[in-house]
Amino acid sequence: MTRRRGAPSGDPVASVISALSSTVDTPRRARAEVLSAAPAAVTVRELRKTFRLPHRKYSTFKERALHPFSSSTYDQLHAVDGVSFTIRQGEFFGIVGRNGSGKSTLLKCLAEIYERDSGESAIEGRLSPFIELGVGFNLDLTARDNVIINAVMLGLSRREARRRFDEIIAFAELEEFLDLKLKNYSSGMSVRLAFSVAVQVDADVLLVDEVLAVGDAAFQQKCFDQFNRLKAAGKTIIFVTHDMGAVERFCDRAMLMERGAIHAIGEPHEIARAYNELNFGRLVHADVESGRYGDQVACEIDDAWFESRGERVSAIEQGQALTIVLRVRFRQALEEPIFAAALRNEVGHTVFSTSTAWRGVRTGSFAPDDLAEIRIDLETWFAPSHYKLTPSVARDGGGEDALDMREDLVSLLVHSTQVTGGVVDLPHVYKVQRL
Amino acid sequence: MSTGALSLHAPSGGDQIKRVASLTWTLAVTDWKLRFYGSALGYLWTLVRPFAFFGVIYVVFTEIADVGSGVKNYGLYILFSLVLFTFFSEVTGNCLNSLVTRENLLRKMRFPRIVIPLSVAATSLLNLGMTLVAVAVFAIATADYPSWSWLELIPLIALLTLLALGVGMLLSVLFIRYRDVQPIWEVVTQMLFYASPVLYVATQVPEDFQHAYLANPIASILTQVRHAVVDPSAASAADAIGDPLRLLIPLAIVLGLFALGLYAFNRRAPRIAEEL
Repeated sequence: MTRRRGAPSGDPVASVISALSSTVDTPRRARAEVLSAAPAAVTVRELRKTFRLPHRKYSTFKERALHPFSSSTYDQLHAVDGVSFTIRQGEFFGIVGRNGSGKSTLLKCLAEIYERDSGESAIEGRLSPFIELGVGFNLDLTARDNVIINAVMLGLSRREARRRFDEIIAFAELEEFLDLKLKNYSSGMSVRLAFSVAVQVDADVLLVDEVLAVGDAAFQQKCFDQFNRLKAAGKTIIFVTHDMGAVERFCDRAMLMERGAIHAIGEPHEIARAYNELNFGRLVHADVESGRYGDQVACEIDDAWFESRGERVSAIEQGQALTIVLRVRFRQALEEPIFAAALRNEVGHTVFSTSTAWRGVRTGSFAPDDLAEIRIDLETWFAPSHYKLTPSVARDGGGEDALDMREDLVSLLVHSTQVTGGVVDLPHVYKVQRL
Repeated sequence: MSTGALSLHAPSGGDQIKRVASLTWTLAVTDWKLRFYGSALGYLWTLVRPFAFFGVIYVVFTEIADVGSGVKNYGLYILFSLVLFTFFSEVTGNCLNSLVTRENLLRKMRFPRIVIPLSVAATSLLNLGMTLVAVAVFAIATADYPSWSWLELIPLIALLTLLALGVGMLLSVLFIRYRDVQPIWEVVTQMLFYASPVLYVATQVPEDFQHAYLANPIASILTQVRHAVVDPSAASAADAIGDPLRLLIPLAIVLGLFALGLYAFNRRAPRIAEEL
């Protein structure tokens, strides 16, 4: 049952909105407090949507006639499975999740493009009618025609669309290309055009499916400013994306979906982290050992792995404490063997290398059949990438006499919501002083 | 719950009708523009088809088969009947796959689904209007001067549009489920073409069958067009069917099919997006 009431006009709402506009640039915490006091813009309760996936789909009479009984079997896909949440007025709400987690289906149910099976949602004010940019763009028509058509689809009258035309084109910065057919536009240009029309919509609640990763840097900044203006104007924005950077940058709150249910809901940074863990935690590593050196007569590297917080990991968030663990089995007596480990990134550069010899660590003596575990504690300041560990053991001396070295034995994925472009992201502190 | 295309809860009914109208118009005009896209002669081509067909039919049926002898203004009649029947088959045929061709829109946007078949009909009406301008020139040249009875074309075309829309809406939702609706409908259209007085006139049908024959709404409409526009001395639909009250039968068929189409369409409307 969707209820819709008119545009917000009551006193309490207005006061909250004015409070919002004054807090746009204040820290998030203050804004969050104001938001939690704002009235609900979208309330969803126990929303459910199930798709039937027939095992075979018969789309002609003949097929149906030949298989009169067999089409009765089908699988059920619970695309959205009892989801409940509330979004406050003026909130920028992110929805993230892996492919097929139900984000888009949820959005389509909210927009009433799909009919929900059960559950309720209440939306205060007007909901923007479409969920993707440039819906209904026609490649054979000029930008001029497309803007008018798109604006009408968004709910503007033709007269209103024509009135706002110049504003739209100016925002898109496409004045010179007005009479160019859309098929001759670059993809970035057509998205700019679509975005410029979309922000003209007179809706209180906007549904946005992936937009920010488009356009050049200057236009992205413009989108960012526009979103801030919309937020300041008390519009509620529901934003579906895979870009965790955008979630942290724009969203007041976010929700992580997994298999049609809410996996987590809360602060954007937390959600971004949970998303990365969910995504990379399940990555199956097919570790291919590329080379093994040394004769392994005196000793052998049994295994090596990564640990974090006492558990074996194959992926880790940047900045977390990490332990590299080697397990070595001895066959002969050895005095002061040298243990070493090196990490190489995706492009094969060694970004970290350590050895007991360099650190002056005394390793002691080992007898045949001894088993040793070597633990190296460090903090993960590596840039987000895929790393491979090469552990090695050498006889005491210069380290050239390798007993066992297993190249690229295990891999580790370091993830972060930011990519700086550096090879490592060392912790550092800024001091800016005017002289 | 959203129950149908027309009742997609809107702020108010008036706004909703306005939105349906403006969307329908926008889609129709866009389609119509695209039809001429890339062709230098544009509008002329829409005339070439009916007129060329008309030329062939006219030569065959007056000079070779001799069907038209004794029918006053036979040439003008088949021009009208061809243009109107083409309109009917165009609306039904385009409605049939309209939902599939508009898939992108349906899956990405919330709007009253009824807009899609309405815009198909509107595009064809625009086309029909343009063609009728040329036909009117031909009519003034061949027949007598224009008369007030020509205005009867408006309600007659309205009825034909209702019929085509009703059938079209029904076909469009069937087509989502069963793709063989399309070839079947092509055959049915062919049969209708010969079962309706397009190449001949209804009064040439043997008397015994004439009443039943005119229960076909297309036959009654074309017969009335003949009386109103082509040849005032020809029998009107009421005369041909024998009793004005009997005209309620074709009328009921038109309204019934429209109601059935609308019902079926609205019933399926909320789930169209996911079934495509």
